[in-house]
Amino acid sequence: MTEPTDLDVREGVDRETVETVQNMGSYKYGWDTEIEMEYAPKGVNEDIVRLISEKNNEPEWMTEWRLEAYRRWVTMNEPKWAMLNYPEIDFQDQYYYARPKSMEEKPKSLDEVDPKLLATYEKLGIPLKEQMILAGVEGADEAPAEGRKVAVDAVFDSVSVGTTFKDELAKAGVIFCSISEAIREHPELVKKYLGSVVPQSDNFFATLNSAVFSDGSFVYVPPGVTCPMELSTYFRINAENTGQFERTLIIADKGSYVSYLEGCTAPQRDTNQLHAAVVEIVILEDAEVKYSTVQNWFPGDENGKGGIYNFVTKRADCREARAKVMWTQVETGSAITWKYPSCILRGDESQGEFYSIAIANNWQQADTGTKMVHLGKNTRSRIVSKGISAGQAQNTYRGLVSMHPRASDSRNYTQCDSLLIGDKCGAHTVPYIEVKNTSSRVEHEATTSKVDDDQLFYCRSRGMDEEEAVALVVNGFCREVLQALPMEFAMEAQSLVAISLEGSVG
Amino acid sequence: MLKIDNLHVKLEEEDKQILKGLSLEVPAGEVHAIMGPNGSGKSTLSYVLSGRDGYEVTEGGATLEGEDLLDMDPEERAAAGLFLAFQYPVEIPGVGNMTFLRTAVNAQRKARGEEELSSGEFLKLVRAKAKDLQIDAEMLKRPVNVGFSGGEKKRNEILQMAMLEPRMCIMDETDSGLDVDAMRLVSDGVNALRDAGRSFLVITHYQRLLNHIKPDVVHIMSNGRIVKSGGPELALQVEEEGYGDLLAEAG
Ligand SMILES: Nc1ncnc2c1ncn2[C@@H]1O[C@H](COP(=O)(O)OP(=O)(O)O)[C@@H](O)[C@H]1O
Ligand SMILES: [Mg+2]
Repeated sequence: MTEPTDLDVREGVDRETVETVQNMGSYKYGWDTEIEMEYAPKGVNEDIVRLISEKNNEPEWMTEWRLEAYRRWVTMNEPKWAMLNYPEIDFQDQYYYARPKSMEEKPKSLDEVDPKLLATYEKLGIPLKEQMILAGVEGADEAPAEGRKVAVDAVFDSVSVGTTFKDELAKAGVIFCSISEAIREHPELVKKYLGSVVPQSDNFFATLNSAVFSDGSFVYVPPGVTCPMELSTYFRINAENTGQFERTLIIADKGSYVSYLEGCTAPQRDTNQLHAAVVEIVILEDAEVKYSTVQNWFPGDENGKGGIYNFVTKRADCREARAKVMWTQVETGSAITWKYPSCILRGDESQGEFYSIAIANNWQQADTGTKMVHLGKNTRSRIVSKGISAGQAQNTYRGLVSMHPRASDSRNYTQCDSLLIGDKCGAHTVPYIEVKNTSSRVEHEATTSKVDDDQLFYCRSRGMDEEEAVALVVNGFCREVLQALPMEFAMEAQSLVAISLEGSVG
Repeated sequence: MLKIDNLHVKLEEEDKQILKGLSLEVPAGEVHAIMGPNGSGKSTLSYVLSGRDGYEVTEGGATLEGEDLLDMDPEERAAAGLFLAFQYPVEIPGVGNMTFLRTAVNAQRKARGEEELSSGEFLKLVRAKAKDLQIDAEMLKRPVNVGFSGGEKKRNEILQMAMLEPRMCIMDETDSGLDVDAMRLVSDGVNALRDAGRSFLVITHYQRLLNHIKPDVVHIMSNGRIVKSGGPELALQVEEEGYGDLLAEAG
């Protein structure tokens, strides 16, 4: 990547689009890494749950917590209300635990990590070992770019392989580690908050996750602390037939601030792989959390074979007054996406924002959206959703805005735009709105349009080929959301927009 | 440079013939003007030359420096050096004007096997050219043509032309809706680009523009054909007498 100049500052995010379309194959992260893996036996039962707990050296209370979830899960049924069509998942035909053999003895430092693993992350563009200074360009017109550090926790199949910048974060009092480490080292925090936003009983997939989650990230930002760098987790599914069930818990204590980025990839396989994550965010008084996801799990090939089944429960609880959360997601991957990052606006004057780009191409199916649950007085929420469908894909926005009786003087604004490329795909908008008090207001705007031929011709008459033209127009359509992303993610995201639309025209 | 031979074009969707045997040749370095009543097919000609969908060539052809234009995709024509300044420039929401320009410039360079411009080089170039056209930084930042005034849109087309350095420039009523000052800016921009290796086909209704951009040849177009060609004095005649007599005389 070339150095950023003031051009990039002004232009925001749609800079790399064009180079990318031509430079990249259709799914950039589709290779797999040959690393010796250690698996638990296929299927899930109480023994597997115990084994996972044991592998993570968990205390008894944690094992019990998992088992409780497991016992509940076996009584539950898979939800069927989403606009998704997929063959029955055989939950006993999956591996629930896989880790690179070299991780059997936990490495003491990154130097002990299998170099192949590190090479994998390097291929993904995540320099784990190095100080990762990424181009962060903000505001200033002519000023040279300020370097920005990003602390990374990387999860490979079931286990976390290393967290960077730990010491520097510790100096600020920030805890950033794998959740398995947090369970061992910070049990009081985990006990207090785990399951407090997404309870074990929440839904079929969350309950399964509660039983078998293997690893994930943990963040605690103490009162009054602005986290000195962006925190980032990369998830990669490598092993075949392996479900990934990571669990993320973020706690922003009073008056703190943190920006957290999540990226995901998986190799190209012709079988479907299951991913069922849970993310819980607790935000206390006057604290703010930004959570950004660029999700490019393997979406399946152009015939709809393979790909990740993604069933994710993400929820932020603005538990106290003036707490604030902002979800930004770019969903380009997965064969099936079932995902509704939500905001519980419990504290008075708390705020929730949701910015989303969901792209579905070929045979992908996405059913995604958000829930804004207004419980506190004077709460605000804003939803900006951009759905793009191409090929034979189906893209559904499903959103809930709920104003409870006590949530007086609250506001929601929802803008939901769909763009169709070609005429075999579909876009659906399913907004649920409940207002149970008289002083609150909910505004909903929705548009559906086709990619405009005049725009494409205009671009092509200036020399861009059809795919470049589509990528440019689509990036323009998504701009409002791309701009909500941290700069380094925005670049990646707009490249992804281009890549995931390859083959969608002509 | 540009050679159009007996071009017949109909609409793809309906049975409507728009160009009915149009022939025209613009040699390298020359400026030709096309004047003609509304609906005579001037914009259709410019679209067909640049490769827009929706038209069907039923007879005849067009070449750019000997190469068959009609065989190429729009982007190939652009890379080959053809440029159309649109009568109605298209708005592209969310795409920065500068990004659009840079994407276009680099796409063409790539297609021609040339090195792409770095951000720095590009920036320097675009700033200099924008300044000449009195296009400020603000306008470069804004989404392509969105919320631009009529005059801004037209100046923006000329900026694109200046950046892309095409060999064959077609301008479709670039002067319509321009005030006197904007017209001067646009003509200065065009005149600065004039050279022995570059040709222009200027579609206009007004003699006014041709006072600034001196044409070598003026063609009168009506009902899908060129009915008369001559020197700059033909434009003066149109200005004074309208098309009536000219068309009657041509039959
Ligand atoms: N896409 C189209 N659909 C229907 N009619 C068209 C279309 N394009 C051009 N025409 C018709 O063809 C004729 C020539 O139009 P045009 O090329 O725009 O003329 P000019 O630019 O000389 O005013 C007009 O009668 C116009 O209505
Ligand atoms: Mg016209």
